Amino acid sequence: MKRNLITAFMVLVCFLLQCTVFHALAFNGIIPNLMIVLTASIGVMGGRKRGLLTGFFSGLLLDVFFGSAIGFYSLIYMYIGYINGCFRKVFYPEDIKLPLALIAASDLTCSLLTYFLLFLLRSRFAFGFYFTHIILPEIVYTMGVTLILYPLILKIDNRMAAKEQRSAKKFV
Amino acid sequence: MSPIVKRKGEKFTLPSKYLLLIITILCVGMMVLTFTTDVFSGPLSFAAGYVVVPFQEGITAVGTWMSEKSDELGQIRVLLEENKELKRQVDELTVENTMLQQDKYELNHLRELYQLDDEYSEYQKVGARIIGWDGGNWFHSFTINKGSDDGLEVDMNVMAGGGLVGRIVSVGSNWAKVTAIIDDNSNVSGMVLSTSDNLIVSGDLELMSQGMIRFGQLVDSDNEVAEGDKIVTSNISDKYLPGILIGYISTMEMDSNNLTKSGRVIPAVDFAHLEEVLVILEKKQSPE
Repeated sequence: MKRNLITAFMVLVCFLLQCTVFHALAFNGIIPNLMIVLTASIGVMGGRKRGLLTGFFSGLLLDVFFGSAIGFYSLIYMYIGYINGCFRKVFYPEDIKLPLALIAASDLTCSLLTYFLLFLLRSRFAFGFYFTHIILPEIVYTMGVTLILYPLILKIDNRMAAKEQRSAKKFV
Repeated sequence: MSPIVKRKGEKFTLPSKYLLLIITILCVGMMVLTFTTDVFSGPLSFAAGYVVVPFQEGITAVGTWMSEKSDELGQIRVLLEENKELKRQVDELTVENTMLQQDKYELNHLRELYQLDDEYSEYQKVGARIIGWDGGNWFHSFTINKGSDDGLEVDMNVMAGGGLVGRIVSVGSNWAKVTAIIDDNSNVSGMVLSTSDNLIVSGDLELMSQGMIRFGQLVDSDNEVAEGDKIVTSNISDKYLPGILIGYISTMEMDSNNLTKSGRVIPAVDFAHLEEVLVILEKKQSPE
C-alpha cells in the first residue's frame, strides 16, 4: 500500500517537473520524457502489473492536461509499462544497461506512435525532419536524465520493498 | 505456504493480462466518449485542478522567483524596472498602433464597420500567469492559473504583448488550457490589414523552432500584399475576435495553382519567453 502511494507520488513529481522545471532546462526547445523513464523503470523493477498501472496514471495526467482525447496517452504508456514488466525476469538491479536500453526503446516507441497517430494521419510527411529534430534529441536527453533519475527510483523502490518485507516478517 | 493459509490470507488479485485488457477497453471507451461527448472534462479536470494545479503554481512561482533573482544579479534592478515599464508601453502602443491603422483603413473603406471596431478597444481583459507547459515536444499548449472561477470559458482569446497567443480549449475551476497559434493543430482565419484579403494562418512544428508560422490560401490577384504587411484576425473567424495582431509576413510565394499565395509569418508574440498572458473575457458571437 505504502509502496503504491510512493509510486503515485513519484508519478506526480515527474509530471510536475516535466511541465514546469524542465521547460527552463530545455536544450534547443527539447525536453526529456520523465514519465517514460518512470514508467519503464517501475515496469522493469516491479513487474507487469505495477508497470501498466504506473503507465496508465502517467498517461492519464498527460491526457487530462495536454491531450486531445482522454485515454490516448494512457493507452500508449500503459502498454509501455506492461511490456517493460515482461523484462523483469532478466533484470538485475546493479546492471543499468538493460533499463537504459529499455527506456530508450520505450521513448522511441512512444515518439513514433505519437508521430504516426497524431502527425502522419494529418498528412505531415516530413518524417526525416521530425526524427532528427524531435525524436532523436528527446531520446538522447532522456538517456542523460535516466542516468540520474534511474538510480534514484531504484533506491526508493528498494527501500520500500525492504520495508514491506520486514513488516511481512513481523506478521509471521 | 499451505493451501489453507493461502485461502485465508490471499486477497483476490487480478492477473495482469486481464487488467491490461480491462484498462485497454476502458481507454478506448474514454477516447470514443471524449470525441462524442464531454462527460470527462467536468469531473476529471475538477479533480486534476485540485491535485496538480497548486503544485504547478508553487513550482512555477519558485522558478519565476529564481529566474528573477538571477536576472537581478546580472542587471541593475532599476534597469529591470524601467525595461518592464517600457515593454508595457510598447505593448500598449503596438495595440494602439494596430487599432489606429485599422481605423484608418476601415474609415476609408467601410464607415459602418467603424462602429464594430469601436467595440474591441474596450474588451475586458484579465491577466493570468502561465503555470505549466505541454509535457511533450510535439505540441505547444500551456496551462494558466485562472479558470471558470474567474469567468473564463472555452474559446476565449488569449493575448500577450499586443499580439494573439491562442485560445482557451479547456477550462477547470482554477486552471485553463491554452493552445497557441504556433501549435501544429491550430488554424486561424486572418486577413492582411492593408488590403483586407483573407488567409489562413496555421501552426507548423517544422517552423516552430525558427519562430515562424505558416500561412496559405491568400488570394491576392492584384499583387498588393507585400512582405512586412501586418496580419490580423479576420472578421469571418468564428473563434477569434477581429483585428487582433497575429504577426508580419516574412516570406511569400505563389502556390503551384497560380491562384493563391502562401508563405511564412513572424508572430507578434515571443512564444519562447511567455510568462503572463491576457485573456479577453468576451467571446466572438456567431450570428444565429
